[in-house]
Amino acid sequence: MNTPSASLLTVLDLVPFGQTGPENFFFALRLSNPGWTEWRPGQFMMLRPTNFGLEMPWARPFSICHMTKRHLICFFQVVGKGTKRMAQLKPGDTVRVWGPLGSAFAIEADTPTLLLAGGMGIVPFVGYAHRHPKPWNISMLFGHRQPAGCYPIDSLNERITVDSLRELESGDLDDLIFTIEERIKEYAEQKGLVLACGPLPFLKTVQTFAAQHGARAQLSLENRMACGVGACLGCVSKTTEKWPDHEENAGLVRVCKHGPVFWSDQVVL
Amino acid sequence: MNLSVTLKGQRHALTLKNPVLTASGTFGYGTEFAPYGDLASLGGFIVKGLSLKPRYGNPSPRIVETTAGMLNAIGLQNNGVEHFCHTTLPALPWRDTAVIANIYASSIEEFGELAARLDAEEGVAALEVNISCPNVKQGGVQFGQDPGMAAAVTRRVCDSAPHKHVMVKLSPNVTNIAAMAKSVEDAGADSISCINTLLGMAVDLRRRRPRLANVVGGLSGPCIKPVALRCVWQVARAVNIPIVGVGGIVTAEDALEFICVGAAAVQVGTANFIRPDAAFAIAQELPEACERAGAASPAELCGTFTTD
Repeated sequence: MNTPSASLLTVLDLVPFGQTGPENFFFALRLSNPGWTEWRPGQFMMLRPTNFGLEMPWARPFSICHMTKRHLICFFQVVGKGTKRMAQLKPGDTVRVWGPLGSAFAIEADTPTLLLAGGMGIVPFVGYAHRHPKPWNISMLFGHRQPAGCYPIDSLNERITVDSLRELESGDLDDLIFTIEERIKEYAEQKGLVLACGPLPFLKTVQTFAAQHGARAQLSLENRMACGVGACLGCVSKTTEKWPDHEENAGLVRVCKHGPVFWSDQVVL
Repeated sequence: MNLSVTLKGQRHALTLKNPVLTASGTFGYGTEFAPYGDLASLGGFIVKGLSLKPRYGNPSPRIVETTAGMLNAIGLQNNGVEHFCHTTLPALPWRDTAVIANIYASSIEEFGELAARLDAEEGVAALEVNISCPNVKQGGVQFGQDPGMAAAVTRRVCDSAPHKHVMVKLSPNVTNIAAMAKSVEDAGADSISCINTLLGMAVDLRRRRPRLANVVGGLSGPCIKPVALRCVWQVARAVNIPIVGVGGIVTAEDALEFICVGAAAVQVGTANFIRPDAAFAIAQELPEACERAGAASPAELCGTFTTD
């Protein structure tokens, strides 16, 4: 069990990935080491740059991409006003970070493990591939829309095999879904482990096939969060268990506290 | 510096080691924030709203960030008072700091039952009566917008919890908050906390839809501080019982502004999301901020505001 802590970290650098136009939308943010004694791949952190001022009160949840003795890496895509402000960070700026938070992906050294990543869902698997004691037992299927260079794929290629499928035309999505099913079936047969992170429709696809083929699968969920520590109840998701007082209602779990990683048969997406 | 404050109620006094509490709904049951500071260093903490039976809460999305604030429509999701008394409370550090139970019910009878149940719990230092939640259909703010109803709820809670200090939390969504305050004071309330959230909404223009599933929700955060200060000031001039100020407090100076206009203590709410150690930091910085404000203690500063 790792105890989270909060600290004010310094921005070491902000590295743009995959120049896609006049503006950059993908960045690796390298921060000074927060001094965590332990973290596990799949866990996340709440991150709030000082330059948010009081205008944006919330921190944002980010997967822990990777952590070394020297630094903590967060990888993000500019999608809203928070990440837009983050794209303006400069070395020496400060960022408040609390973590490591939440649950982690299972690591079973000798089990054949399939990583299914959709777009930015690749991020927690960087740390996973680096922390896994036997990376030759892992393979990854990566579906994405932007060029591969936008994502932190190089640091994965040095540890594991990555099959990359880029979605450019409408037929590509069918190919991706077909391949996902084939791979899940294959891993179910060899009693392997399937881990998935990506957008909601992607996770639903994985959940459906995992149930159909009897694969053991974990999904990493994402939700809007205010506190990140289980207090505000803003990020709840439905579970397959029943809520105590309402027969008709699904149970509720806090994605930040019980998740973000759940066994696929535990949650209702 | 002597930071201790006593909320001298009409029925029971509540002594706090310092004036910094955390606001209900923003601090879970306290333990969620234990990694980020010493809970015993707070004056106390007010737990997430409790109801007699478990409550499911509202559908998602339940929260949205707004300029210098946020909207929430959680809908008082909780496991019910029995679960709290059996499972949660025994694990809380109630011997070291004040654990205050926030209570919500949809009828006066239910308020009575809930108060009576908590009256028996040694670990509960006080009750905060929520008659101001904007996010529930029954009860909630309908008790908080009618002085007669507010008085009836207050009276029932006081009768049902004879051993506890009773704090009543007022809504800013009223025409005359001073009249509400006077009404709950006359009904026996020991103290008043104000304010609860302001009713608001946020629009997704692209989809032409509300950003909250509940459409409307409670606005909190730094953006509401001027409204909260105004309410505390108006209430302070209307009643003789102590006031606990809440609304947009982020720094120790913010806390002292509330104390200056008449609050005896304060609650830190949305700031707990800005940084999880916000309440601990405010409690720690209070003595220095007090000195900078030229006061020997928070108690000395209380109510010294003047318009002359």
